[in-house]
Amino acid sequence: MRITVRLFASLRDLVGQHELRLEFSHLPVTVADVVHFLGVEFPKTSSMLGRCATAVNTQYVSREHALADGDELALIPPVSGGRR
Amino acid sequence: MIDNDVILITDSPIAAGDSRFDVSDPSAGGIAMFLGTTRGERRSDGVELVALDYEAFEPMAVAEIRKLLAAARDRWPIVKAAVVHRVGRVNLAEPSVLIAVSTPHRGEAFEACRFLIDELKKSVPIWKKEVWADGRTSWIHPETGEVKFE
Repeated sequence: MRITVRLFASLRDLVGQHELRLEFSHLPVTVADVVHFLGVEFPKTSSMLGRCATAVNTQYVSREHALADGDELALIPPVSGGRR
Repeated sequence: MIDNDVILITDSPIAAGDSRFDVSDPSAGGIAMFLGTTRGERRSDGVELVALDYEAFEPMAVAEIRKLLAAARDRWPIVKAAVVHRVGRVNLAEPSVLIAVSTPHRGEAFEACRFLIDELKKSVPIWKKEVWADGRTSWIHPETGEVKFE
């Protein structure tokens, strides 16, 4: 199963790439599995990963969401709210 | 979303009077418009902010804005709406976001406009980076905020 991971803002800066192509041979693979994998591969991202929302194919999903072949997983760092 | 709503992510400067963002309509008695602009700031070491750089996950930003407009329409009788966000560098006092709504009566326009900007800042995947006079940059990722799914 192949997926694309989209990275933005500080997370992209930490990893050094805006997109990763990943392949998994053991199924099922959840969003949590991928997040865990990224934290191991890129240790500097661990803290920010924990604060990210997750979206698959532009829809917000929970960490339990199971991925399918061809999915695009986006890691969404906290969006800048500003002060009201 | 209604066909004549405008949702735009652009790297060009936003002009409030741009005809593309005109939400006027014979059935509307009130139009409310909000512009978010880059506010100057001084860092703790005295260095001034010169700009904000915006980055968007564009397809999802548009999708989320569309959802917000649908949610707003559930609550208020919006005739037309325009939501425009810049990406790239936005200098001091320049608009980074424009929200315009028209409604039959003025109270609804104010409330819907307020709702849209408040909610946009929670769920729409657009980030800003501070650009300082000494060339340093820093992403803004607030500690507190809505947790959508965990």
